[in-house]
Amino acid sequence: MTGIFEKNVPGSTEILRRSTVGIAGCGGTGSNAAVALARAGVGHLILADNDAVERSNLNRQCYFLRDVGKVKVEALASLISDIDCGVDIEAYRIELTPGNVATVFAGADLLIEAFDRAESKRWLIESWCTSFPDRPIVGASGLSGIGRSSEIFVRSSGNIHIVGDEKTSMEIGLCSARVGLVANMQANVAIAVLTGLEI
Amino acid sequence: MITINDRDRIEWKEGMTVENLMNEMEYDYALITVTVDGSLVPEDDYGNFLLKDDSKVVVFHLAHGG
Repeated sequence: MTGIFEKNVPGSTEILRRSTVGIAGCGGTGSNAAVALARAGVGHLILADNDAVERSNLNRQCYFLRDVGKVKVEALASLISDIDCGVDIEAYRIELTPGNVATVFAGADLLIEAFDRAESKRWLIESWCTSFPDRPIVGASGLSGIGRSSEIFVRSSGNIHIVGDEKTSMEIGLCSARVGLVANMQANVAIAVLTGLEI
Repeated sequence: MITINDRDRIEWKEGMTVENLMNEMEYDYALITVTVDGSLVPEDDYGNFLLKDDSKVVVFHLAHGG
């Protein structure tokens, strides 16, 4: 791990090393955001997802051909370990529900919402904010299609931060670049919130 | 006066709930999540959460994909 963080923004690494971030869903946004957070220096990650990697995930999710068939949280934990950033990872293969979110992510300072379905996004935001009203959540809404980078924005209210265009739905198709853009913006917001820097 | 998304303004009325406001705004979004003055209002509470005059309401549209 020697030197891995020497190009980090001064003052950020020490804070991020002490931080725990939960990743609810390890698909397009979750896997890419988790890698960005690990590279930035976040010290603890709690990964939760119930799926295995499929070939159709590889167009946008941070997995490789060798991961197809593997449990996502285990494949993601493995690849993050390869970055050698010394992150402590808790990986749960679990179906997240309104009833277990507070338990699975009890130790998280901040949660990344990375679900597919809008209905699931809503109950996750509600469960998190009800259980931990003082802890931030960074969600994604509207990341489908191609191009239109300038239509992606961050809106915040209290401890809720939503990244995306709040419009496009996955039925029109998902592209690596636009999904990755939103995932990295989620990570960027999370890093800013955790370090107390401007969002 | 109620402010929605830092943009729209609606006259406040005594007894006005989040549900009344959503009906008045005629949102056709399938799924939303709402905060009032920075705090989340769960969907089950829309019908009984009373808005105060000068409330700042934020409505996030939730789209599929993640």
